[in-house]
Amino acid sequence: MTNIDHENLLQPLPGHTSNGRLERILRRGEFAVTAELNPPDSADPTEVFDRAAVFDGWVDGINATDGSGANCHMSSVGVCGLLTHVGYAPVMQISCRDHNRIAIQGNVLGAAAMGVSNLLCLSGDGVQNGDQPEAKPVFDLDSMSLLNMVRTMRDESRFLSGRKITSPPRLFLGAAVNPFAPPHNFRPQRLAKKIEAGAQFVQSQYCFDVPMLENYMARVRDMGLDKRCFILIGVGPLASAKAARWMRSHVPGVHIPDSIIERLEGAENQRQEGAEICIDLIQQISEIEGVAGVHMMAYRQEEQVADIVHRSNILKDRRPWKREAGAALAAAEEMTAEVGENVELANAVAAASGEG
Amino acid sequence: MTGTSAYEPAGTGHVRRARSAFTIRLWAVRHARFLEIIYDAFADVFLALHPFWKLIGYQRVERPMVAVEGLVKRFLFDCRMCGQCALGDTGMSCPMNCPKSIRNGPCGGVRPNGNCEIEADMPCVWVEAWSGSQQMKKNENILHLQPAVDYSLRGTSSWLRATALRAEAQDRK
Repeated sequence: MTNIDHENLLQPLPGHTSNGRLERILRRGEFAVTAELNPPDSADPTEVFDRAAVFDGWVDGINATDGSGANCHMSSVGVCGLLTHVGYAPVMQISCRDHNRIAIQGNVLGAAAMGVSNLLCLSGDGVQNGDQPEAKPVFDLDSMSLLNMVRTMRDESRFLSGRKITSPPRLFLGAAVNPFAPPHNFRPQRLAKKIEAGAQFVQSQYCFDVPMLENYMARVRDMGLDKRCFILIGVGPLASAKAARWMRSHVPGVHIPDSIIERLEGAENQRQEGAEICIDLIQQISEIEGVAGVHMMAYRQEEQVADIVHRSNILKDRRPWKREAGAALAAAEEMTAEVGENVELANAVAAASGEG
Repeated sequence: MTGTSAYEPAGTGHVRRARSAFTIRLWAVRHARFLEIIYDAFADVFLALHPFWKLIGYQRVERPMVAVEGLVKRFLFDCRMCGQCALGDTGMSCPMNCPKSIRNGPCGGVRPNGNCEIEADMPCVWVEAWSGSQQMKKNENILHLQPAVDYSLRGTSSWLRATALRAEAQDRK
């Protein structure tokens, strides 16, 4: 395997806690765009690169989910390791559902060593909601104690036990918020708690209700939280009115007002209308004071993200980093080739053992 | 889901039926202020008894105390005996009843009716915690960051531990 190209790594900036591009973009005051990548049910790295390629040049960070909905997919740390290798800025998601504190601290060091700069700390979905409800739910930590633990590792160079870390991970720490779930008057306070625990940026649940978000943001601004944390609001295109109804009743914490569903139902091409609604929402959200960016969750419609970002014109003239065919690409291809050899090796071993 | 057309016996309904499984737990939250007063009084009595606990030995009192504490708190709060009681900070709603054991809730999955995303019939323990905490005198406590659970303390008496810690703090003064 090739080594990380140290010459191409970004140098640390004063006041920054990570070397990543996402932190730079946000601290510069640009309106940032992140997008969610749905990790494949596969061991083939090219599938990861293909899924990232649809966002290329349109987003500032790519979230790799960690068994979202408690369904099993390629691990977030695996996806992020592959993505950093070719220069992307992934946001590694860690949920407390599957790992205890020992595993998580190890994974954080491993991910940082592979060049991961952004970490999203989540409690995670319950195993009961996933495809393997018989699994043991771990939940050793929760999102707050997780944030606090990783911040301690980064700022104080020690594990939770107090043992020294020789080279601490340089990370930009994130958390999730949901302004659209009860108890509504506690939600801004909970954001304050997350900031206190170490959150530097937050990504929200899907926003389909702008007035509700405005109420939330007004309280957030009153508490001065938008000055202490970058707030990215979750958005995504709805594929159809039926899909919206399904999401509303099956995906925990998603709030979709009837007016959105009615607008979809009234449209001739519902998929297209879903994208139009998403663009409208993005434009309205970007006007709200204290919003630092949007987080695109276009599950199974990832190919629409570039078009939606382009048409909503939130990037203005800015063009996020784009993967160039060059040294990094060659490195990735070399790595893929290596996997290919391993497959051949496995076949050879199988053949040999068959003969014996 | 709504069951508006289905037959429902007078004075009850599927929501009330589901909530009846949590009657006492919900009562405790509704009376969080009252229980706070009782708890504070008890804590003082326990502290006053510190010389007595010390005389017998905290370790020897541990087992009978766990039995009593478990009975009382299981009845009132559906306590899970995590050994590091946070009820005073969580509006008298036990956070260990959260299917994700979240000590700093509520998570983002709370249903519009305030129920748990995983156990659809159960009122979210953190929605309850927020309402309970608002009645309490120490209503700011819910804003404190709760540390990660120490699983080595599971099944031990948090009443005795809290008393010992308070006594220690008193001695230092």
